[in-house]
Amino acid sequence: MITAASVLAAEGNNPLIPHTYELVVGVFSFLVVVLVVGKLLVPRIQQTLAERTDLIEGGLKRAEDAQAEAKQTLDAYKSQLSEARQEAARLREEAREQGAQIIAQMKEQAQVEARRIVENAQAQIEQERTQALAALRAEVGAMSVELAGRVVGESLEDEARQRRIVDRFLEELESANASKAL
Amino acid sequence: MSAVTVLAASGGGVFTPPGAELFDFPPLFAGGPEWLTKPVALAILGALLTCAIAWSAFAKPKLVPRGMQNVGEIGYTFVRDQVARPFLGKDAERWMPLLLSMFVLIWVWNLFAVIPVIQFPVASHIAFPAVLALSVYFLKIYLGMRHQGPVKYFTNLIPKGLPKPIYVLLVPIEYLSTFVLAPFTHAVRLFANMFAGHLILAFFSLVGYWFLIENPTLLGAPVGVLGVVMTIAMTAFELFIQFLQAFLFTMLAAMYIGSGLHADH
Repeated sequence: MITAASVLAAEGNNPLIPHTYELVVGVFSFLVVVLVVGKLLVPRIQQTLAERTDLIEGGLKRAEDAQAEAKQTLDAYKSQLSEARQEAARLREEAREQGAQIIAQMKEQAQVEARRIVENAQAQIEQERTQALAALRAEVGAMSVELAGRVVGESLEDEARQRRIVDRFLEELESANASKAL
Repeated sequence: MSAVTVLAASGGGVFTPPGAELFDFPPLFAGGPEWLTKPVALAILGALLTCAIAWSAFAKPKLVPRGMQNVGEIGYTFVRDQVARPFLGKDAERWMPLLLSMFVLIWVWNLFAVIPVIQFPVASHIAFPAVLALSVYFLKIYLGMRHQGPVKYFTNLIPKGLPKPIYVLLVPIEYLSTFVLAPFTHAVRLFANMFAGHLILAFFSLVGYWFLIENPTLLGAPVGVLGVVMTIAMTAFELFIQFLQAFLFTMLAAMYIGSGLHADH
């Protein structure tokens, strides 16, 4: 290297020895570039790149947030829907139970009423029958007595005797009827 | 080289390959100041061009980039992701102004080597790489003394816990490489690449010019054609080397800055 340099130096300027004025110009050139490009322009592009990164990251963050919110809303709707479904099912069940209960009640009531009506009717019939029987008995007695009086020509004015005779006659009649029925 | 000379001699004239005189320039115009030579003018032009490119890209940066801003951002993110972050980590943004300035300036200076009419790599004059390398060198030492302490910076350079005799060798080598060889190779790597590249391009284009136009012979014509083809091929190769050297220089700068900020060992 040294020999090559010295050979070259012999021919002209040694290329490894810098010219003073070139050193000065080199410093000046480098300084200008560092000031204009480095100090003035690079910070601008650095700021822009940082802003761009912020913007993109912010956009991604916003999209994420929106997605999360949408998911949350969907979940809320879903849970509301399932709640509503459960509520509806519960209400239906309740209504069915109530309906069944009401029907049962009505049936029971109707049965009671029917029974009551039947009992009333039976009582009334019984009563009427008794009345009719009594009336009939009195009338038949009187008629029979009158008939007998007429037939026998004997006045049976003693009432107690009359009644006894009629009763006896009727009982005989009834027993005859009952034996005939049997 | 001798074959070329033989062929050239057979044609009559004498072919002389270009030498170091390629890099010597008179003042730009007669009667002008002695310092205003082509390399000096190109250095200034390169600096202004770098400013102009950066201005057109980053003067009014938009969130949605258009045109030159796209190009500028590719450059910015390339330097940031490939150079700054691997060596500086979280300090990358802090040093991007310096690293991007350095990278673009060197690349523009290098590109001058293949731009028609201009055709001269500024960095093939050692003064320009030297200025950049020395700036990084002093910055490295300043950062080291400031961030690691004025004494600790120098002791941190030596790894601890090795057998004692090793230090006899290690200490001088470590200091020599960090404080003498590192800035020297930093500057010379760029300088030598550009110097050699320019010499190669000049040589092949001169071969083409000499054997096809200046002194055309039937025997020499194929050599001339080869010269032209090689010029084209080497121009493409130089384009790659120019980018690579700008990248390497900036990468080493980032490494040295990183070594100042934090102890390696």
